[in-house]
Amino acid sequence: MTTLVHPLVVPRPRGWSWFGGFAFAFLIVSQVTGILTSPPDRDMGDLQKIMYVHVPAAWITFLCFFVVLLFSLRSLWRGRERDDLLAASAAEVGATFNGLTLMLGMIWGRPTWGVWWAWDARLTSTLVLFLIFVGYLALRAFVEDPQRRAQWSAAVGVMGAINVPIVYMSVRWWRTLHQVQSSPSTIDPHYVLGLRMNAFAFLFVMIYFIHRRYEAAQVARAAEQAAEAAALGGM
Amino acid sequence: MAWREDWRRVRAIAWKDLTTERRSKAGFNSVASLGVTILVLFGFALGPDAEALRAAAAGALWLSVLFAGVLAFNRSYQVELESHALEPLLLYPGARWTIYAGKLLANALFVGLMLVIVVVAGIALFQVAIPAQWPALLGVLALGAFGLVVLGTFYAAMASRSRAREVLLPLLLFPMLVPVLLAAMSASKAFLAGDPMHEAGAWVRLLLAYDLIFLLSTLLAFEHVIEA
Amino acid sequence: MAHAHRELAIAARGVARRFGARWVLRGVTLDVHAGEVVGLLGANGCGKTTLLRIVATLLKPSAGEVRVFGHEVVRNADAVRSEIGFLAHAPGLYDDLTARENLRFAAEMLGLGHCDLDGALARVGLSHVAHERVRGFSAGMQRRLAVARLMLRRPGLLLLDEPYSNLDADGIALMNAVLRDQRQWGGSALVVLHELAPATGVLDRTVRIEGGRAGLMTTHAPTSHRRPGAPHLEVV
Repeated sequence: MTTLVHPLVVPRPRGWSWFGGFAFAFLIVSQVTGILTSPPDRDMGDLQKIMYVHVPAAWITFLCFFVVLLFSLRSLWRGRERDDLLAASAAEVGATFNGLTLMLGMIWGRPTWGVWWAWDARLTSTLVLFLIFVGYLALRAFVEDPQRRAQWSAAVGVMGAINVPIVYMSVRWWRTLHQVQSSPSTIDPHYVLGLRMNAFAFLFVMIYFIHRRYEAAQVARAAEQAAEAAALGGM
Repeated sequence: MAWREDWRRVRAIAWKDLTTERRSKAGFNSVASLGVTILVLFGFALGPDAEALRAAAAGALWLSVLFAGVLAFNRSYQVELESHALEPLLLYPGARWTIYAGKLLANALFVGLMLVIVVVAGIALFQVAIPAQWPALLGVLALGAFGLVVLGTFYAAMASRSRAREVLLPLLLFPMLVPVLLAAMSASKAFLAGDPMHEAGAWVRLLLAYDLIFLLSTLLAFEHVIEA
Repeated sequence: MAHAHRELAIAARGVARRFGARWVLRGVTLDVHAGEVVGLLGANGCGKTTLLRIVATLLKPSAGEVRVFGHEVVRNADAVRSEIGFLAHAPGLYDDLTARENLRFAAEMLGLGHCDLDGALARVGLSHVAHERVRGFSAGMQRRLAVARLMLRRPGLLLLDEPYSNLDADGIALMNAVLRDQRQWGGSALVVLHELAPATGVLDRTVRIEGGRAGLMTTHAPTSHRRPGAPHLEVV
């Protein structure tokens, strides 16, 4: 028997506000650490410091895609609404970090390459990913029925996530301009501390953002369902 | 036994799609003409210098097929939507993937035929010399077209039933097709030039992988998308 | 051969359905027994078509449960589909196929192999247009073809949405013959009606769905002979 209404209990534990405060504080500390502890790069000079935002933002973009994949699959399997709301929240946050990555990439690229856009492999792939995110969000905007919206965006989310590595591979084969992937092991040890700290800082901020977005979605749903319960007269 | 029944359904749906398309007359001719028209516009954009045209031929060809093909994908659901025939279709008991496979087959034939026409036009308009490796080139055309058709048919199942379908389908589809387009364009370009650096093989393998991965995932995901 | 079924053809409990913020059904409870022909009446927009479509597995209920011959409509949709025949208000035929081709497509999709398509067309009086495209058919002819498609096999439960609209006297007689035949065979039917008139004499019971704020469902006394022992419908 289908249960009538799951009045979504929206807990607002104080813990999350504390976590948010901590996340942003840690972000500030990490950024300052990165800026202060890293000497200017041989080639890029102080421009290198943009890496402390650009690179973690890129990593978080990927992580968000992965979260979207996970919860889209769960949504298709279990059909529970909260999985759909979580996937959508992660997609929005991911799209934001994706946009940030792109803008910083362009800002870094202008002095380095002399042009705003040089079609290099990583940045171009990131742009394609951004367009995939946009498609996902557009689909959600154009579909009103919640069940249909959940099913369709889950399918689109899974397809998009599957395509991420394939997009990367294909664009990289097409172009080979970008420098070798800077993970902490391959770059100058001077930058490692700042990068690692910022990676975690961005992770915490991502978690906080996704949670807040999810919370907002839950509140909206709870309001809708309260209206339903009223209309049905407590069945 | 079940396979035979499934195959029967696939065949019935493909036959139905192709027959209604053929009899409506409007569909294929206009889509194919559109493909050629787009190709001509590319010619204006990139030409008239013969060298420039030849260098851009592969890219222009695939984009023309893509833009015209988008119309075909939405059309493949339009017959059902206009006649309210989607519900009776969904009420036949049986696996949903057979509906998808049938439409896939019909679309593959449709787009394949259109591709042939656009290629022939392209050879003339872009002054392309038919390369010695033309069988390999045919393989690339087939694999690339199939990649377009798989995702096109899948996404059209959703876009054709939502608002702003004309913009939603390209918006969803085009970024997803980047690997297919890059691979097909690069491999075509390489084969047209005689593939001096033997790079086409890698692209062909990518095309194969892409086609397989997405054929499988769309077959699995279709029932969630068509029922909703 | 009588279609004997111990289960209820339809067992609906507390069915509710909303579209966006609007509740169309607010808790419908309904039983249809094997061998019964039940009519659904109500004002426009009262939810009778919605209820029919939920039973037909075309819509999921927002709340409540429906079982067709024991199969739950959401979880065992395929089992339900193999037992029902649904006649929508729109015929849902392919305009560019001929009458016979439309039937052949349906037969293939139903896995019916070599079906007597010409016989099916003859039974609905469409033999003379078997090889003409549906595009040229009148609304009444399209309805007849849809009925022919419906009866390609013998569904235990017929679900008909306003089947009498656009039919002339012959068409109405045909529809009534179909329903009588169904009952005689032991099958059931749930028929959404705009008005009682064309179906008098064929229905065992009618149920009225009242839309509006309260969303109550009231019952009528049966319009024709009531089968002994058949339960009343409940007021919700």
